[in-house]
Amino acid sequence: MTDTAAPPHDLVTAVQPTTAKDKAETPFRRFVSEFLEDRVAVGALILLLAIVTLAIIAPWITPQNPYDLAQVDIMDSRRPPGTTSMEGYTFILGSDGAGRDLYSAIIYGLRISLSVGVLSGLIALAIGASVGLIAAYVGGRTETIIMRIVDLQLSLPSILVALILVAMLGKGVDKIILALVIVQWAYYARTVRGSALVERRKEYVEAATCLGLSHSRIVFRHILPNCMAPLIVVGTVQTAHAIALEATLSFLGVGLPQTEPSLGVLISNGFQYMLSGRYWISFFPGVALLLTIVAINLVGDRLRDVLNPRLKR
Amino acid sequence: MTVPTLDIVDLKTHFFTRDGVAKAVDGVSLHVMPGEILGIVGESGSGKTVTGFSIMGLVDPPGRIVSGSIKFKGEELVGAPPERWRQIRGHRIAMVFQDPMMTLNPVLKVGTQITEAILAHEKVDGGEARRRARESLVAVGIPSPDERLEAYPHQLSGGMRQRVAIAIALVNKPDLIIADEPTTALDVTIQGQILAEVQALAKRTGTALVWITHDLGVVAGLSDRIAVMYGGRVVEQGPTDDVLERPYHQYTVGLLGSLPTRNKRGERLVQIPGMAPSLLKLPVGCAFQARCPRADIACAVEPPVVRPTPSREHRCAHPHVPVMRAAE
Amino acid sequence: MLAFILRRVLQSVVVVAAMVVIVFFGVNVVGDPVWLYVSPEMNQQQIEEVRRALGLDLPIWQQFAVFVANAFTGDLGTSFIHGQPAMRLILERMPATLELAFVAMLFSILLGLPLGLYAGLYPHRASSKAIMAGSILGFSLPTFWVGLLLIMIFAVMLGWLPSTGRGPTTTILGIETSLHTAQGWSHIFLPALNLALLKISLVIRLTRAGVREAIMQDYVKFARAKGLSEKRVIFVHVLRNILIPVVTVLGLEFGSLVAFSVVTETIFAWPGMGKLLLDSIIRVDRPVIVAYVIIVVVLFVVINLVVDILYSILDPRVRLQHKEA
Repeated sequence: MTDTAAPPHDLVTAVQPTTAKDKAETPFRRFVSEFLEDRVAVGALILLLAIVTLAIIAPWITPQNPYDLAQVDIMDSRRPPGTTSMEGYTFILGSDGAGRDLYSAIIYGLRISLSVGVLSGLIALAIGASVGLIAAYVGGRTETIIMRIVDLQLSLPSILVALILVAMLGKGVDKIILALVIVQWAYYARTVRGSALVERRKEYVEAATCLGLSHSRIVFRHILPNCMAPLIVVGTVQTAHAIALEATLSFLGVGLPQTEPSLGVLISNGFQYMLSGRYWISFFPGVALLLTIVAINLVGDRLRDVLNPRLKR
Repeated sequence: MTVPTLDIVDLKTHFFTRDGVAKAVDGVSLHVMPGEILGIVGESGSGKTVTGFSIMGLVDPPGRIVSGSIKFKGEELVGAPPERWRQIRGHRIAMVFQDPMMTLNPVLKVGTQITEAILAHEKVDGGEARRRARESLVAVGIPSPDERLEAYPHQLSGGMRQRVAIAIALVNKPDLIIADEPTTALDVTIQGQILAEVQALAKRTGTALVWITHDLGVVAGLSDRIAVMYGGRVVEQGPTDDVLERPYHQYTVGLLGSLPTRNKRGERLVQIPGMAPSLLKLPVGCAFQARCPRADIACAVEPPVVRPTPSREHRCAHPHVPVMRAAE
Repeated sequence: MLAFILRRVLQSVVVVAAMVVIVFFGVNVVGDPVWLYVSPEMNQQQIEEVRRALGLDLPIWQQFAVFVANAFTGDLGTSFIHGQPAMRLILERMPATLELAFVAMLFSILLGLPLGLYAGLYPHRASSKAIMAGSILGFSLPTFWVGLLLIMIFAVMLGWLPSTGRGPTTTILGIETSLHTAQGWSHIFLPALNLALLKISLVIRLTRAGVREAIMQDYVKFARAKGLSEKRVIFVHVLRNILIPVVTVLGLEFGSLVAFSVVTETIFAWPGMGKLLLDSIIRVDRPVIVAYVIIVVVLFVVINLVVDILYSILDPRVRLQHKEA
């Protein structure tokens, strides 16, 4: 017999557990303690915080600023991990085709990957959430039109949308961020509209309307906070998605330019050296990218498990 | 002496949940003779369904049979290997569930669901299986059986689906059928029809039948013997008419009194005060204490099984004296 | 049934039309495409001649009208770079991409379904939890990086499989394919696996969720009550019920495999239309970009339509509902 755990119907109605510890905790504390129950998620969170910290303190922990041409020596190029540079410090992870220390390049690259991903995510969230709230609140024809557009966009894979946008907008950091925002806003819009629809029907909205509160106040101060939970979950997953998408675009050569070398650009640069055995130039940035995305996804997954069932309780 | 088709002695089936142990079946003893119809009556949470599942060996984790014996035609089933249980299920002991829409697989044809029950136990060819399936539909009174075999469950009405479920139960001519509230989901007229047909069928084929229900009125006209369950135990057992005329246990009295059909017009319907206890927190002693007007200190000790007559038994420290009828 | 199909077809046409308008105007509005055809030495007059010859001097609306008119005859413009009709360029490469996506889909089902089934039947075992953790890894890994890794390990270090190109092709039943030789399979194996990785996690999660839900149903208990072997209960009763939603989701995901093949084709130098698209974007070959988008959107829409219809055929409840409607 398989491992199922479903007592029969008449048993379910008769079992009424009452655990005393349900009470006297704030929802936030309960959320935190539930989240922390899963070791893996906690590990992922720590990893994520470490990554972000490293990116922030980059200048202090790297032996070389890889984008200061004065510090880079072409004689150092393509050195395997462990070799010493002309300046005297060790290339912990090797050096790339131009002689840049890979470890430094990765840390600086993290900065760019994270900022582009998070920035585009936040903007997309702001736009998407607003649109979703408006659609749910106003309803009627407006809602239908908005949701049709959202559905249309979501029915296409994000990579395709991104490529089309890149083809239309051209190159440049700002254009890439714009493209990422356009790709993502629809996910936020759909999520927020879904939960806002549920909230709109609840009594506290009716009460607020009777009190004569302005529409924007009702929407932003009353409905929005109750939609936060799914928004947070979608936010984490989408951020990971945005980072991965930017890396993919940069790798293909249509993303960030060489002047803003995110992890994707680094991997792209290292591709040509793969077949000659100098794997480290692409490999290590890839590992850094992977760790970041996995960490965010694990945290997001755990958040989803913790936040969702509680909404239904 | 004839061997009983089913002989359960002191069965205990418990569920080991995160919140504690739910003693769904806590010392139940029953028996059914060949061709006999036994009605098990009880409310939600009395353990009657779990008893049925225990007989079939369909108790899913976190539940399991803890102790006791279930003898089917003399063969001990508790502790038997899973393959033996599988051979018996659907073949010698069959079960009919409450809601046929849920118990028939919506994506498989009706015919497939009948023939697979045959093929699981006997090596016959497809044509023969189909012939038998068709016969079984005829036996339960389903018109146009060939069409029905090709149909999907949602194309049939509720009553028809339940007849299909009964047909599946009968197709291998089992010695015992366990029916768990099979007519509760149907409307009253269909219910009456099916009851009558099942009774006739059982008498004709000599199949023993265990009919589980919460509705005393249903078993009153149907069963030869009744067992009343409460809190995981059998509190009263005996021939139907005898139990209905001369109940011993206060719970049975309460059940009888609350039957609308027994009520005189204008009188208030009698209710049993209180609620059934949680199976996780059964009181020490008699499970019915809290709701019983006759309870006292003696009831804090679990009442043993008492046999005032050879065919009757009950578990009450203060049984009603036989001759008197239930009085308010 | 017919009404249902017609309605869906109509919706699809609207979607394609909308996409065509958006993409055409988006791509042609930015910058001046004439620069792709002229060398810097030409004077203004010569540039204008070229512009007129290509029809680029007409107002954008007229260019669009011309485009649509041509589109109905199957002419979606001529590639700036290659000088050939864009449609032909794309259709030449489409079989390679479809073949890749198809094999990738196959891999993801062959690997994902059993794993998901196992994880759903025995959710509390450590191995099941490992599978679920692994599935998160699956969709977190950037496709392109995994491709690099696969090349590094299997082509460079171990030398077992080729890292680029497609095997020899032949035409079977009018479809061009490279799957008829072992060599063909050795070429398609790594890129298809790379592409499949995206979807394996999805299949695992879908299957597992489906199994968990199905197992709870009464019909499973009833099937056991009939004395059916556990194998039959799982592989006939449970699987049939979950296959329907799993297959339909996968069908819809096929489109995303086609889109993502851009990445895989670039890494493995697979001669498909994804690689063509990328090159066209980099070199601003607008006609090809527009033609690609149109063809892919049409492809999507057709896939969605087919899947919808397939779903209503597979699920007897839905099928009969439509018949009666």
